[in-house]
Amino acid sequence: MTAQHADVYDYLRHEKKFPLIWCPGCGNGIVMGSMIRAIDGLSIAKDKTAIVSGIGCSGRVSTYMDFNTLHTTHGRALAFATGLKFARPELTVMVAMGDGDALAIGGNHFIHAARRNIDLTAIVFNNSIYGMTGGQISPTTPLGSIASTARMGNIEPPFDIARLAEAAGAAFVARGSTYHVDELDELIALAIKKKGLSVLEVITPCPTIFGRYNRLGSAVSMLKQQRDSLISMHEAQGMTPEELQGKVRLGVLVDLDKPEYCAAYENLIERAQKA
Amino acid sequence: MEAKLLMGNEACAEGALAAGVKFYGGYPITPSNEIGEIMSSRLPEIGGKFIQMEDEIGSMACIIGASIAGLKSMTATSGPGFSLMQENIGFAAMAEVPCVVVNVMRAGPSTGMPTLPSQGDVMQARWGTHGDHPSIVLCPSSVKEVFTLTVTAVNFSEKYRMPVILLMDEVIGHLREKVTLPQPESIQVVDRPKPNCPPEWYKPFEDTKSGVPSMAAFGDGYRYHITGLTHDIMGFPTTKKDEVEPLMQRLFRKIRQAFDEIMLYETFLMEDATAAIIAYGCVSRSAKSAVLQLRKEGMKIGLLKLTTLWPFPRVAVESLPEKVQDLIVPEMNMGQIYREVVRVNKGRCRVRKVNRIDGEMITPQEIIFGIKRRERK
Repeated sequence: MTAQHADVYDYLRHEKKFPLIWCPGCGNGIVMGSMIRAIDGLSIAKDKTAIVSGIGCSGRVSTYMDFNTLHTTHGRALAFATGLKFARPELTVMVAMGDGDALAIGGNHFIHAARRNIDLTAIVFNNSIYGMTGGQISPTTPLGSIASTARMGNIEPPFDIARLAEAAGAAFVARGSTYHVDELDELIALAIKKKGLSVLEVITPCPTIFGRYNRLGSAVSMLKQQRDSLISMHEAQGMTPEELQGKVRLGVLVDLDKPEYCAAYENLIERAQKA
Repeated sequence: MEAKLLMGNEACAEGALAAGVKFYGGYPITPSNEIGEIMSSRLPEIGGKFIQMEDEIGSMACIIGASIAGLKSMTATSGPGFSLMQENIGFAAMAEVPCVVVNVMRAGPSTGMPTLPSQGDVMQARWGTHGDHPSIVLCPSSVKEVFTLTVTAVNFSEKYRMPVILLMDEVIGHLREKVTLPQPESIQVVDRPKPNCPPEWYKPFEDTKSGVPSMAAFGDGYRYHITGLTHDIMGFPTTKKDEVEPLMQRLFRKIRQAFDEIMLYETFLMEDATAAIIAYGCVSRSAKSAVLQLRKEGMKIGLLKLTTLWPFPRVAVESLPEKVQDLIVPEMNMGQIYREVVRVNKGRCRVRKVNRIDGEMITPQEIIFGIKRRERK
């Protein structure tokens, strides 16, 4: 067992909650591993960490990790997390959501959490499909992709999660993938360290549903497609804006200094108590 | 304390603060707005938190999150917002998260009449969220009672670890009355049961004598899982019937065991009565006036004022004096409590109703007219 595995093992509820609910080849476990390594790397105490998740395959991520964990209702994870963080700002609060969860039913909370700039780390597990319910189109399903509710191909244009988050005011926006795991560890750590709302889109494969509908091959070949189609954070550093044009690049896309909500409210409390 | 001229919605905010509420999340909606406005300026003065959310779904979600972080939490709304909150009210019931939801009832359905009163949400307050679940719904009929019942609502939510709904009508929410608030030290404040065992022994959803498990706040050193899925005593999802059944039965039992404490009601001039008006909220004020006028005319009539609407205080109806033959249930809906009265009365008395759903309060004259018109038949 490598040192990295030992770290992850220490953070799992291995006696109670395994085996996982996820299909073989699902990327969710890879994201979970990165979340754990990021927290471990930053030496944040388990007792001071909370994971809030929504509904769907990604929603189950909270169950397996030994933190303060809250599995909420569909689309509302950010709103629950807002109350939790605002009531207890000393907690490190990470929010795990799926693409449908965060951007369809939870779209309103997503843009307003970004606008408010409350110190949460919002991780969107983007597999471009509603996996748990059997493969319906989501707000990130690419045009033309096949889904159980789009047998002739999807006719709805998808959201660009990063651009949406940036436009809504998020202080930190990044994109990672389950192929580029070392980069993902690094990006999650950066997102946690950022004071303010951090949005991290993680491109993760769903070989069982999305892959089969769209004939993308095995889990391994879907990871290879990530390798071949995405520009990694380190590759992107050596490229000009012209070269990056039209490519899906990973890494930190937005990093701004903006007033954080809980800190602004502490200031308001001080003013209210002086008045 | 000196007497104050207070509005119902103001008394609600004062009651919440007196009960120790430290977190308010809400979204603007008529006719409940004063509650959120007052909380927005009062909470930061005492180090509490106020947040205006993007909608009522988010309001309900964030007060649950804040309660899990250890703060007494509440929100206030009206019909359309109450509809949006229902899914997460069910989450709070299932995950046993204390919180208070104030619904200042306006006339519906849909957008209805935002500035006019009704009592149309009585059944929604009981059954608005999906699935079988217990509920506690309290209904004040004066500004003073708004204060005391808000304290009670917070106390019940903490004691029984569940959402409690304070169901006001717009008349009471916007009514101004002279009120002498109780001295702060005379107000009984209840806090949720907290674990005192080592974290490794903590079972967040275990059965107890009261049916209410102790609740650790996130960050207190007791790491555990909370979910809206059916769960075992450790909080982890389960569909095993030997784990689901005890959970669901316990959720009902924790309330059933406490019916005597939870079912609040008052009687007025019932000792020698042969007829009774059963009313709640603003209508009970008209009913009281109708009783006094009918008594002057020689009719032996009394009032049963329901303070708790859910669980329905059946004992209050069952324990009416033997001589009572007639029950009249005036309501600003089409008979939502009337049907409950018929159900528990089991044919013992004649039960009649007086209804109004046009946004106007039922007057004493209408109740008297309703009683007399049917007397003649």
